[in-house]
Amino acid sequence: MFGSGILKGLGVTLKHITTSYLDDVKSIPTRYAGGNTIIRQPMNEEGLFTIQYPEERRVLPERFRYVPMLIYDAETGKDRCTACGICAKVCPAQCIWIVRDQNPDGKPIPESREFYVDIATCMGCGLCAEFCPFDSIKMNHDYELSTFKRYPDLVYDKEMLSVPTTYYAQLYPQAWAEEQERARQKAEAKQKRAEAAAARAKAKEAAAKKAAQIKAAAQKQSSTDV
Amino acid sequence: MSGTPEAVVKKFPHWIEKMSEAIVGEEDGVWIVKPNALRAVAKYLKEKKGYDFLANVAGVDNLLHPNRKEVDRFEVVYHFYSTERGGDYIAIKARANAENPVLPSLVPIFPTADFQEREIWDLYGIKFTGHPNLRRILLWDGFFGHPMRKDYHEAYYEEEHRPYNSRYPEGHYVSQEDRTPWKNNLVFPNAFDPEHWQAPEIYYEVGQDFKNIEKLKTDRIVVNIGPQHPSTHGVLRMIVGLEGETVTGLELELGYLHRNHEKIGERNTYLMNIPFTDRLDYITSMTNNFGYVLAVEKLMPKVVVPERAEYLRVIMAELTRAMNHLFAIGFLLNDMGAFYTPSLYAIEERELILDLFEMASGSRMMCNYMRFGGVAHDVDENWVKLAIELVHNRLPRALDEMEALLTTNEIMLARTKNVGYLSPKDAIAYGTSGPVLRGSGVPYDIRKAEPYSIYDRFDFDLITEEGGDVYARYMMRIREARESVRILKQALRDLPGGPVMGKPLPYMVKIPANEAYTHIEAPKGELGFYIVSDGTPNPYRYHVRAPSFVNLNSLATMAVGHKIADAIIILGSIDIVLGEVDR
Repeated sequence: MFGSGILKGLGVTLKHITTSYLDDVKSIPTRYAGGNTIIRQPMNEEGLFTIQYPEERRVLPERFRYVPMLIYDAETGKDRCTACGICAKVCPAQCIWIVRDQNPDGKPIPESREFYVDIATCMGCGLCAEFCPFDSIKMNHDYELSTFKRYPDLVYDKEMLSVPTTYYAQLYPQAWAEEQERARQKAEAKQKRAEAAAARAKAKEAAAKKAAQIKAAAQKQSSTDV
Repeated sequence: MSGTPEAVVKKFPHWIEKMSEAIVGEEDGVWIVKPNALRAVAKYLKEKKGYDFLANVAGVDNLLHPNRKEVDRFEVVYHFYSTERGGDYIAIKARANAENPVLPSLVPIFPTADFQEREIWDLYGIKFTGHPNLRRILLWDGFFGHPMRKDYHEAYYEEEHRPYNSRYPEGHYVSQEDRTPWKNNLVFPNAFDPEHWQAPEIYYEVGQDFKNIEKLKTDRIVVNIGPQHPSTHGVLRMIVGLEGETVTGLELELGYLHRNHEKIGERNTYLMNIPFTDRLDYITSMTNNFGYVLAVEKLMPKVVVPERAEYLRVIMAELTRAMNHLFAIGFLLNDMGAFYTPSLYAIEERELILDLFEMASGSRMMCNYMRFGGVAHDVDENWVKLAIELVHNRLPRALDEMEALLTTNEIMLARTKNVGYLSPKDAIAYGTSGPVLRGSGVPYDIRKAEPYSIYDRFDFDLITEEGGDVYARYMMRIREARESVRILKQALRDLPGGPVMGKPLPYMVKIPANEAYTHIEAPKGELGFYIVSDGTPNPYRYHVRAPSFVNLNSLATMAVGHKIADAIIILGSIDIVLGEVDR
């Protein structure tokens, strides 16, 4: 029948209208009551797919990346960064600029004095975080960075980039747990090595003692022979 | 190409200058054809050998290549495929000297060479004699110089040795905008006089041969559609000649989004290019990554990709395909006048797929997920569970819903049936690929013709539609998305455990001097990467064969003779993304 296809199509539209209204009705009196409601579309979401930003926000997955952040140890206050410069070399937009620190004698030390990231050119690819050998750069989840002036507001210096390990642990719970596990294993291995070394030293000592005893005994015997 | 080099040269002495150095897959090298025999060789390959599909035409400037000091400066590489037999390409090269780079055009034999030769003229300054419309395509007509030449230095990055050191050599932040346009970012012709300079003519007489259209008693007018127009899918300008409402001629004006992706690619290291490929076709960044890493892996014979990574790559690529086809259908509807509501129905599932991408890679659109020798991150159990739920329930349902909305809809049929017909012969000749080619009934899908990665392990059908019109391309996309779902089901079922990355590669990989062309079946068609390496950390030549760009060749042929409203739909049915067209 001519027109049946249109009716079928209108049925689809009608279904969408009803499901989206039903979805809205569920949260009567209003959907946006609590201010910063955080929602995410689950796999079985029907109806409303849109998120009313900024009243509603999505839950960000752990791997979400936006711009880099520099991590320092919350307890000691020491930077993880050693100013090796790999992040600056691997950056596709070349937006990282590092100055290595010096000790009073003028010799370079593995710490950064200045660390800049030009957020305006950063493309958020996350390669710096991926290739950092000291887990010092990670990607921040904070995506509301707008300012009125590009220079110098969007050139982030070390102070603006630095975050404590506690912040990192909160943002990346899984990666943090893995990191702790790795550190624990490393420490364990180190201890084991130290123990093994100690045991070896002990054994060596004992062997030396024994050898000395044998030698002494042999000497004694040889002297008695004479 | 069979036979030892001497034998081949002896067999065709009047065609072949010599053989090139060995390249990947061609130990004997490829033919370097004498310029005046180029057309004869192309004709021979097309008619005698069955290589009917000219996939890629790329220019190379040999100026700084360490192994090519003695040869002529410019080189054009042609990659031919056979749509009947499938299999690997056959490549030929032709060289032109530095003083007067001229080569014969292949447009009379392969119309697909049209845009690609214009691009080479634009970026390399190689003239093609016999080309019907040889003018700049990506750059502005008043541009001075040819930027892809090796002696043309990119503004601000004027070092010979790239990757360049730093954007801020002394730590000074200078706004790049402050340096343009009247300071040191400009190159002028020698006798440039700004007082008497006149802007070049950029309005052209539009017109193909359209004798078959009846002369109407109307004024002939020329209408510019775009560059800012919702129906051009971005910044594309169509210059349309009209008799009444009938399109009598159509010219495309491209390059509004041009940023010379290839020049940027040549100053980057191989790794740095991965996030840049995301920005080519920004709807399908996963497949762009896929094509690029395959192309570079072809040049790195030692790299082994772990099983799990192969599966993850295919899963990501097929999710992208399903998403892209739904997206294309949604925006085709937009072009037909069903504004926004149905197109939003089409991209609901896209939202969920992007969530999956975000969980796996960290970003929704600019995924930057694949690496040489694997993928960047592993996915967890929960991700696989969500993906299975999506693939088994939601995607098939979404496709069913799209079909209920459209397939028998009388308005849809009236607007799309017999509109924009492209015959199979034309589709091959114009170098179209992907749903446009298969929508014209040519069974050519790279996943079947030359299976890359692990596509030979999956059971899926090669879809073709015989119609050749907009409706056929729509059906093509729906059915192909269903096949993607089929592949996804198998891949998610068989997804093995294990690592996703072999031995981690350093951040700066050096690749021995070689060259290769690799193509994959991207959702929009054949996405190819032609890479020439010279042993340094950055590619010597990096060329992207963008499917949308080459598919646009056929637009004028399809649109002439239809009403102007249909021309919009025909453009929508090609499914272009301007990030890829303009590069």
